[in-house]
Amino acid sequence: MKGYDLFELAVRNLRQSKLRNGLTTVGISVGVASLVAMLSLGVGLQQLATRRLAGSGMFDTVFVTSKQDFRGFDREDDKKTEHPENAPVLDEPARGTMTHLQYVTEVEPEIRVMGEIVSGGQAHFGFVTGLPMSARENEAFDNLQGKFFSGPLAEEVILLNDFAKEIDPKDPKELIGQEVTLRYGERQALAPDSESAGRPQLAGTPGGGSNSASGDDFGFSVVRKTQKLKVVGIIEEEPYGGMRTVSRGRIFLPVDLTEKLNMAQFTDMRSSLRGGGGKTYMTLTVRVKDPGKVAQVQDAINKMGFRTFSVLDATKSLRRFFTVLDLFLGIFGSLALAVATLAIINTLVMAVLERRREIGVMKAIGASDRDVKRLFFAEAGAMGFFGGVLGIALGFAIGKAINIGTGIYLHRHQLPSEAVWILPPWLIGAAIAFSIVVSLLAGLYPASRAAKLDPVQTLKYE
Amino acid sequence: MNSYPSSKVAPAVRTSDVCRYYPMGGGIIRAVDGISLTIERGEFVALLGQSGSGKSTLLNLLAGLDRPSSGSVLVQGRDLAKMSSEELAAYRRNDVGMVFQAFHLIPSMTITENVELPMRFAEVERTERGQRVRESLEQVGLGKRMEHRPSELSGGEQQRVSLARALANRPSLLLADEPTGNLDSRTGEDILNLIRDLSLSLGMTVVMVTHERALAERFAQRLVFLADGKLLSQEALA
Repeated sequence: MKGYDLFELAVRNLRQSKLRNGLTTVGISVGVASLVAMLSLGVGLQQLATRRLAGSGMFDTVFVTSKQDFRGFDREDDKKTEHPENAPVLDEPARGTMTHLQYVTEVEPEIRVMGEIVSGGQAHFGFVTGLPMSARENEAFDNLQGKFFSGPLAEEVILLNDFAKEIDPKDPKELIGQEVTLRYGERQALAPDSESAGRPQLAGTPGGGSNSASGDDFGFSVVRKTQKLKVVGIIEEEPYGGMRTVSRGRIFLPVDLTEKLNMAQFTDMRSSLRGGGGKTYMTLTVRVKDPGKVAQVQDAINKMGFRTFSVLDATKSLRRFFTVLDLFLGIFGSLALAVATLAIINTLVMAVLERRREIGVMKAIGASDRDVKRLFFAEAGAMGFFGGVLGIALGFAIGKAINIGTGIYLHRHQLPSEAVWILPPWLIGAAIAFSIVVSLLAGLYPASRAAKLDPVQTLKYE
Repeated sequence: MNSYPSSKVAPAVRTSDVCRYYPMGGGIIRAVDGISLTIERGEFVALLGQSGSGKSTLLNLLAGLDRPSSGSVLVQGRDLAKMSSEELAAYRRNDVGMVFQAFHLIPSMTITENVELPMRFAEVERTERGQRVRESLEQVGLGKRMEHRPSELSGGEQQRVSLARALANRPSLLLADEPTGNLDSRTGEDILNLIRDLSLSLGMTVVMVTHERALAERFAQRLVFLADGKLLSQEALA
């Protein structure tokens, strides 16, 4: 018998006893719905957790420092470094190399300088921090008031709410759109022959003569500068706040702008001691595409001779946890489907009993045992298919209800709503396929029973 | 349409010492007990006997619905006893048409669907089926009421539908088990007239089980009498 005939006969047989087959199908759909609701809850929770982790910006970041600097904090680390004085410095070429490493999305210097915001004639002190454009994705900006920087060199500033309150205690939001003045120290390089030029001198070069001879007389001066900035936004928490060691940043500028303004940093002192010219960084922040690749990137940077630091890949253990959770949710969800399976078996066994004569007639006019078996399989499969589709719809409705429910709950607690239930497309296909397979398995016994019926017995006169 | 290398010479049906025993309680029922019978192509044979004489069992053996306990059943030279169940099913759908006393139409299906059913098993192309259903129904004199259900038809009409269904796959052998048993005598005669005409026009071999000798004498070419599973006598008619 051909496939379409099989399907047609199966469907018409199912329609023959609509109530019974309908109820069985609803039974399957309840099973599928519970399975789908459970599994997609697992998926939703996992995505929520991953999103939160990614939002913190802690798990996809490698912090890089030169081994020349910051010695003495970690003895183990110091012992491993044989000649720290020869270790490479974090300069522009090193930064370029890191940018081109696999899985690296961006490399930004950590810039943190002291500055003052002048508004209404009043100066307010705070640490100025450079932020890359990618910081927009950080969870700190979930509650951003106003806007993010319009570009990497925009002359704009975002303030921490506490700082904004300091400037305007009544209504800090008023600041958004206003222009303020940033006072900061600009680093100005001194030419090696600065003495003769009569420029201001810095400590450390009293005599000058010998240094000049060794060619190691590089230095710089810090000059007070001002920059007009437009306040574009206010945030509650500092982005990547947990990872910072120096005191909290309260004034945020686009990192490229801070570089352009050539703000004097702590490390500039170190650079000037080292001499040799060229710009170096205290810390570079390397952002990695996927938290799972952090270790690889870290390895590559270590090989370049730098010291690295990252928070352990938490997603791995998280995934393990969610695999177990999914398993339990799946088992729980499958219980209803197991009950539905019994319903299919029952329905089909009943159908075999009822249609004994019909099966006999079909055999007498040429149906093979295999045809009869396939027919009952097709009926089971069709119930599985329709039950699966209905179950997806039902599961979808349950999931939506869960989302709306949690949304209301979160709203009551003044929290932004989160989708805890997500139905991924693969689950739709998988659930329907699973429903069909389970139904076919349930059809195994009734189908073989139907195929084994003896036509001579079934066709005896009533 | 069904041609076999040996069919030119082989008779339509030849049974040799065929037996069918059933275990029953502690003993054995010898439903068919050593029957040897030859039926020529195009012949109309009536099997007569009391109930329990084994005539229906013999018919089921010829239909390939049942297997002999011993002996052989050759239809156009092929031994049904040696066929697999798949082969027997193919034999039933391609070479045999069956008509029953109780019609055995499928009540939930329309007339058209009932006649179409054997074509589904024989994997006849969809496009061809409509034409062949109409053809079969016209052969039995039922051109109308094709979308009715069997319960909406009279007994005679139902038997015509079942005859049309038997003809659907153009068999060479028609097996009828008490085809007039559920019909009044007028209608019964009509059906038998029809069967005889079809047999003549299509060259189809007919084996009919009946217990009505008078009817058998009027339509069959040969009467075969059975008793207690054995062949009692044969009587050729003019």
